[in-house]
Amino acid sequence: MSITLNHISKSYKKLKAVQDISFNVEPGELFGLIGPDGAGKTTIFRIITTLLIPDAGTASVAGFDVIKDYQAIRNTVGYMPGRFSLYQDLTVEENLTFFATIFGTTIAENYDLIEDIYVQIEPFKDRRAGKLSGGMKQKLALCCALIHKPKVLFLDEPTSGVDPVSRKEFWEMLKRLQQKGITILVSTPYMDEAALCDRIALIQDGKILEIDAPEAIVNKFPKKIYNVGADNMYKLIRTLQGYEHLYSVFPFGEFVHYTDKRDSFEAADLKSYLKNAGLTDISIEATQPNIEDAFMELAK
Amino acid sequence: MPIAQIMLFGFAITNEINNVDIAILDHSKDTTTEEIINKISASKYFTINQMIASEADIEPAFKKGKIKAVLNFEKDFSRNLIRDRKATIQIITDATAPNTANSVTNYINAILQNYQQSKNEGVQIDYQIISQIRMIYNPELKSVFMFVPGVMTIILMLVSAMMTSISITREKELGTMEILLVSPLKPSQVIIGKVVPYIFLSIINAAVIVLLSIFIFKMPVQGSLFLLGAESVLFIITSLALGILISTIAETQQAAMMISLMGLMLPVILLSGFIFPISSMPVPLQLISHIIPAKWFIIIIKGIMLKGVGMAYIWKETLILIGMTIFFIGLSVKKYKIRLE
Repeated sequence: MSITLNHISKSYKKLKAVQDISFNVEPGELFGLIGPDGAGKTTIFRIITTLLIPDAGTASVAGFDVIKDYQAIRNTVGYMPGRFSLYQDLTVEENLTFFATIFGTTIAENYDLIEDIYVQIEPFKDRRAGKLSGGMKQKLALCCALIHKPKVLFLDEPTSGVDPVSRKEFWEMLKRLQQKGITILVSTPYMDEAALCDRIALIQDGKILEIDAPEAIVNKFPKKIYNVGADNMYKLIRTLQGYEHLYSVFPFGEFVHYTDKRDSFEAADLKSYLKNAGLTDISIEATQPNIEDAFMELAK
Repeated sequence: MPIAQIMLFGFAITNEINNVDIAILDHSKDTTTEEIINKISASKYFTINQMIASEADIEPAFKKGKIKAVLNFEKDFSRNLIRDRKATIQIITDATAPNTANSVTNYINAILQNYQQSKNEGVQIDYQIISQIRMIYNPELKSVFMFVPGVMTIILMLVSAMMTSISITREKELGTMEILLVSPLKPSQVIIGKVVPYIFLSIINAAVIVLLSIFIFKMPVQGSLFLLGAESVLFIITSLALGILISTIAETQQAAMMISLMGLMLPVILLSGFIFPISSMPVPLQLISHIIPAKWFIIIIKGIMLKGVGMAYIWKETLILIGMTIFFIGLSVKKYKIRLE
């Protein structure tokens, strides 16, 4: 077991940040912590990176206890905090050299590990880290976290504030790192990124709602989902909320995701209900549930 | 905080003198000198610290640093006063603090005048007590002699303590401390890395100040330059240790700066004896002044620069500084956080 958490709880004064959390991450797994802001993701990261001591429970990383063997963990893991935490007034190259040095290694020694990522920021290697764009900052931070060839990599919201193209690239890089045998624990508030993990834990208000493979979580979704569209989104949602057979409705892109209380849903019935309410351009079609639907259902 | 400030300013910022330690060298030991000595020791301004036997003992008494003035009564004081109607008394003051030296001579003169008047009631020919004033260590009463040691202390303290504490809390603020913690680096390595540049910076600062005071303000360095340098390095390390301690308490650069300014600058200026004589302060403030490293450093550098003393006279102050440094370092090691909380 690469990462193990047993009944971990942690409070800040009155706020219960995480409550009784347990999960395991297998070696070589890409494991995602999925949850909205304030769900307790960063607290979990800080506990397993030995930065915080849990109020209750035990945790270990690569076989080392987070309290007793904290120094051993610090030597073996790579950590990329949620906030950009490199030296803003050092250049890209200086930052990388600095982190290589404090881990007692050199850039050349582990260059193969970071090569894919580093070539993308290499043209800017003389630029100060503070002057990089969001995506490049994250790539540099990932390089710095990888430079000592960690066994386990912790990435706290690595794609926050990064454009969609860079996000996609970033996840492709994570997949490649996983193939090199590195265990990766990553957190994200973006539900669409969840599907890219091997397994995910859905977290809300410091509690785990569900742990499973993304497909399994989606398959467990108990209802059929319909994409409902109309000319006036706001009015559509308000109208649906007044519908007697409604189970749930959430906006999703240009449609709303609608689920029905009844086992046999009749689209024509809903359509006429919406028409009567004065909506036009009405479309109703069945669709596949996704992680976001599952999260909304579990968080109810 | 405002209460503490007004108390501090009200009591510490005063040019009045109180309980100044003086020594007496009495060559006559007759009734008149005894009367004068009694009059002086009865006033609240002076405390007679010791009686000196000969001229040769004056210099060592000053070098010990406790006494601020010596009263030297000439031989046959009473007889001269009665026969010649005038007698001479020499007032020797330590002018390393020119303002205090001035006040001391003025106060002593006032007491002598007073005594003279009481003697002259109903007498045909006036008695005259003539006082000769001698300012030693700083005969021209240059205020720069007082300011150079003080300013040097403040600058070393500021650069060392404030900059160190700010540079360490900066890491906390920018989040880099979080990464440094999750790395094989040990706390001592982080701290040494932060402190070493400021040691060099402060040593250069100290050297520049000393050179400027010698060549521009013509300030003498009577004692050994090497000793001065060594003591400065000691004080720099004390200040750095204080800076590290502040950084373990403060979470933000702002807080570190406030603590450094309020907690270090004010006491250094007010309570170190740099501008205002410590002996004139109320007892509680005098006690507080003992725990201020700057006070001891000012005594040391004034001793070396102006009085030319060697280690024999300042070993006590040096030991106190070393003790404080060890205490601060020990406390910061204990308080240094290996985690985020």
